[in-house]
This record gives sequence, structure tokens and C-alpha cells, in this order.
Amino acid sequence: MAVVETRSLTKIFKKAEEGAVNDVDLVTRDGEFLVFLGPSGSGKSTLLRMIAGLEEPTRGDVLIGGRVVTDLPPRARGIAMVFQSYALYPHLSVEKNIAFPLKAHGVVKEKRRERVDWAAGLLGIGHLLARKPRELSGGERQRVALARAIVREPTVFLLDEPLSNLDAKLRASAREELTQFHKRVGTTTIYVTHDQVEAMAMGNRIVVLHQGIVRQIGTPREVYDEPADTFVATFLGSPPMNLVEDGDFIAGFRPESLLPADMVQGEKAAVRFRVSLVEYLGSERVLHGIIEGGRFDGRKVVSRVATAQSAAFGEGTAHDFAVPAREVKFFDKASGKRTGPRELSWR
Amino acid sequence: MAVIPAEGAAQARRRRRGPSDATWLGIGFIAPAVIYIAALVGLPLVLAFLYSVGDVKVGSVGYQFVGLENFRSVLESPSFRRSLVNSFIFTISTQVVVLVCANALALALRDHFRGRGVVRFLILLPWVAPISLGAIGWKWILDSIYSVVNWVLWKMHLVNMFDPPMWLGEPGLAMASVIAVHAWRMIPFSTVILLAGLTSIPRDIPEAAAVDGAGFWRTHFEITLPMMRPIINVAVLFGVVFTFTDMTVVYILTRGGPYDSTQVLPSLAFFTGVLGSDLAEGAAISVFLVPILVVVAALMLRVAHRAEVT
Repeated sequence: MAVVETRSLTKIFKKAEEGAVNDVDLVTRDGEFLVFLGPSGSGKSTLLRMIAGLEEPTRGDVLIGGRVVTDLPPRARGIAMVFQSYALYPHLSVEKNIAFPLKAHGVVKEKRRERVDWAAGLLGIGHLLARKPRELSGGERQRVALARAIVREPTVFLLDEPLSNLDAKLRASAREELTQFHKRVGTTTIYVTHDQVEAMAMGNRIVVLHQGIVRQIGTPREVYDEPADTFVATFLGSPPMNLVEDGDFIAGFRPESLLPADMVQGEKAAVRFRVSLVEYLGSERVLHGIIEGGRFDGRKVVSRVATAQSAAFGEGTAHDFAVPAREVKFFDKASGKRTGPRELSWR
Repeated sequence: MAVIPAEGAAQARRRRRGPSDATWLGIGFIAPAVIYIAALVGLPLVLAFLYSVGDVKVGSVGYQFVGLENFRSVLESPSFRRSLVNSFIFTISTQVVVLVCANALALALRDHFRGRGVVRFLILLPWVAPISLGAIGWKWILDSIYSVVNWVLWKMHLVNMFDPPMWLGEPGLAMASVIAVHAWRMIPFSTVILLAGLTSIPRDIPEAAAVDGAGFWRTHFEITLPMMRPIINVAVLFGVVFTFTDMTVVYILTRGGPYDSTQVLPSLAFFTGVLGSDLAEGAAISVFLVPILVVVAALMLRVAHRAEVT
């Protein structure tokens, strides 16, 4: 178990171009499940690869367990990595795949066998040891890749979108398994994904990246409820947070906070909401529409209402909706950064 | 209105009877290639088989079937046995040298560096330049009097100026020289094939090996090479066939000498059949190559087929 730290870690691929990763300062907690979340091209994989030692930083340092490892090769960093493609060795059996890291570290044969059995048992792939990777399903390959990663008990796990090659159903169960697995082994884990559901469901904390810059670090609840800027606010959540401009600031509220007026208790901001499109999603409906009247007349907003409460909201109808005052977040218009609460007159 | 479809159907029926126009067009396109191969490869091959069991000499008019007489006579000749052994030494040694060098070059050329294009071009040069020119160049380089190799060695105080090695005049050295020059010629070809194999390995795999703790040699020998095995087999198969049937280098550098020490089967067949006028025996020597090559090819194809990728 170890803490991973980066100090103004930067990667610039081509001179005179913007960096893929810019001055990233992070510290994981011991045994934490930390998720790097961002759209493609946000630098999350590059950041992970620099921690792994597969990519040389342009500047900055990587520390693992308090030791500067920036100039060490991957094998000297005590890490294990699971790749998006799993990167299993196609010519080796599952057993030899799992044993490879042990062999490379000079573990004796009897001990290797023992460790492979332990790892295979932990992931329930004991019956697959004699097979070749091409004879395995996607889920099985993923487990073999995980077994290969844990077999020499690394201090840090690095996972690069390990679920993205699985189909939707398998992904949900693999997500749960991975979380359980992390709880059992308790190794510091860094997990890269572009899928916010994965990030929210699995992460102890989430690092939101955009254009190589850390936008926010926080627990899933923090990044969702208290987004640090408009990027985080719109990147997380589906549909994303409603943003309405007002002078030099932007007000934001989640679609699930825009509710029929009679359902909102306490201090609230009331608006007239005309529904233009209804998406039926089973347990809930997503209502797309515009605000009518008041200062935000004509702004497009989205509401998410439980199906049971939304029977009356047909397309083309207008209703009284409201947002609880505490659910409205404010951002500076110029920088997009979060600012303190303000007075907002809706009418 | 009813007439038109009926006529169409009749036309279609008529068309269906013989080969369609497209088929004739196809035949027209493939014919030149078939004729070319039949005339320039097929016919000589059949003739070689016929001659090998006949008594044909240059200028003779009749043809007498003599069974395996030519093969018996060839097998008894010490020259032939020497050449057979030499052919194997020549082929195997060349392939070993080529594989080692091509591997190293492919690894070096995989990574990006300044001037990679120029280096790739230079490495390909021996393959694209006419072999006769290359071989003549080497003949000068290895010449007994003007050898630059000897001059360099002499300047480095490694050889005696008055008793330099006779690169093409001493049996062991001559064989080594012939092998070196043929390897020089074959390396570009193998390098290109191996480079293709190397670049087809997903980048993740060697990276995973690096994270797993493997250094350069372990990654190369336990991961990269086994994954490249099918394509290495192809390179070796081609290399063996090209080397086993080649006589250019031997012919230009040593003419099989000294004392047949570099004589290989193709050159012996040429010297016996064409220069020695004994077409039948020359053909028998050539035909002797066929089963060997068939066995080699079958073996390699089986290995290539069995090799597992992905």
C-alpha cells in the first residue's frame, strides 16, 4: 500500500502546442480508489501512463510511497497496470500470463505456482489456467488481466478504462466486482475512465480533468453537488446541469432540482416551464422545455421528474415549476469558476 | 408489356448456358499470366524432369530414357556430395546471420529517430541494387591484392601486410565470404518482413511486459519473438528458398572454388549442365533440389499455420 503523488506533472508532446497534461498536483490517500474522469483527450490516460512510467514527463515529479520515481523504469515502481485492451500475452496460457510478472521478478517456481493459484482463486478463474487468451470471453480476459496485476501484490494498481471493452450488462457486474475486489485487497488504486457512472459508482474520490488540467478533486457527492466550475457542472450528470446566464454570473441547477412547484418546500425560485419534449425513461421522465416570462424568458432547461409525478406534463403544456433556493449554484461568467451564493430575481 | 419480360427471360436463359461475358473477360485477363508461367517456369521444369531421366547432351538430337542412371552417377561424384553439404552450410549459416542482423535492425528501425528514412533507404539498397553489381563490388573488397578489408586490418595492425588473409582463396574463408555477402544481400528483405511483424504487435503488449517487470531481453525473447514467430517463419521460408536456389554470389565471387569448397548445388548444376554440356546430369542435380525444397516449404508452412496469434 502506498500513496501516489504528482508534483506539477506536465507532458507536452509537441513543442509550441498545448500540453496534454499541465501542472498536475495530486496526492492519493492510502488504500484509496481514485478515479481520473474526463472526456477523451483530457489527458487522463497520459497522466496515468506517466505515473506508470510508460510516458516520460516533460517536467514535474511522480512519487510513490514517498519516493521520487520519475526516472525509474516501470518495473522499479512497484505498480501493476491493467490496460484497456488487457494486453494479455496471446502466445502464453492464462497460467503463464499470470506467472509472467513473478518470473520477471525472479520468484522461484514453486512459489510462483502458489501465487498464481491464489490470484486465480481470488478472481474465480482457476478453471481457465490452461487456456489461451483467445479462448476466453471479454469478462474472463479482464479477470486474467486483473489476476496478472495482483499476483505480485503491487503497492499501487493502475487501471486504464478496463471496463470499456465489455458489453453494458457485463460492465455493471464487473463494476461491482471490481469495487468488492478493491475492498478486499485494499490497495491504492487509480482508475481512468470517461464514464461518469463508473466514476461515481466506484470512486472514493474523483479527479475531473479537462484539457490536461485538474478541474476538481472530490468525493462523488462533492463533484456532483458542488461542482467547482461550469465544466464539471455540465460534464457530470445526465442530462447535465442547467446553466442560465445573468449579467456577469451564471446560475446552475440540476434537472432533478427543477420540479413542479407544489413539490418544492421552503425557499424556492418559481418559474413558468413550457414542456417541448418528453423523454420517457421508465422510472422517470426527462422534460425538455423553455422558461416562460421573467428574466430568463426563452432559456432552454431540462427537468427530471419521477414518472409517477409527471403524468400531466404533456408536450406543449406549461406548468408552474420551482427550484429550491439551496440547489442553485453560481459561477463567475468570465472564468466559469464557482462563486458564493447571490441574490437571484427570477421574475 | 407482356412481351418484354418474356424476351428478357429468354435472354437470361441463353446467357446462362455458356460462360458469361464477365467470365470470358476474366479468362482474358488471367491468360497472359498463365501462359507466361507455363512457358517460362512450367515448361523448363518439365524439361528438367525429362532431362534428368534421359541422356541429353548439349547438341545431341535424340532422347534415350535411362531411368535413374543420372542420379546414380551424380550421387557417386565427390563434387556433388561436397556441394550438397556446402548448400546446407551456406543456407543455414546465411539464415542464422540474416535473422540475427535483421532482428537487430528491425528493432532499431521501429523507433522514431532523426534520419530514419535515410537509414531505411540505405538498408534496403543491397536488395534493390542488382546482385551482380553488388557481388562484383564485394569481389573487389575481398580481392587478394587490392582488398580494402585487408588494408584496414593491416592499418589496425591485425594482419601482416605481406601475408594477408586470402578471403576468396582459402576454403574456410571463401565459404565465410560467400555466406557474408549473401547474408548482406538477404538482410534487407528479412528486415522489412520482421519490421512489419514487429509493428503489428500492439503497443500495449511490450508496455504490459515493462510494467510486469520484464527488461529488454526478457521482453524480446519471451514476448516479442514468440509473437513474431509466424512472420519470422515466412522470412525464413523465403530466405531458405532464395538461398538454396541461388548461385549468383558463388558464381561471381569464387566460381565454386577453391577446390569446390564453395560449390553449391545450383552452381554445380550450372557448371555441369551448361558449361560442361552434360544437360542430363545438370538436370539431375537441379531436380535433386526439388524434394529438399518441398520438404522445407511444407515444414515451414505447417509451423506458420500452427503458430498462434491473438
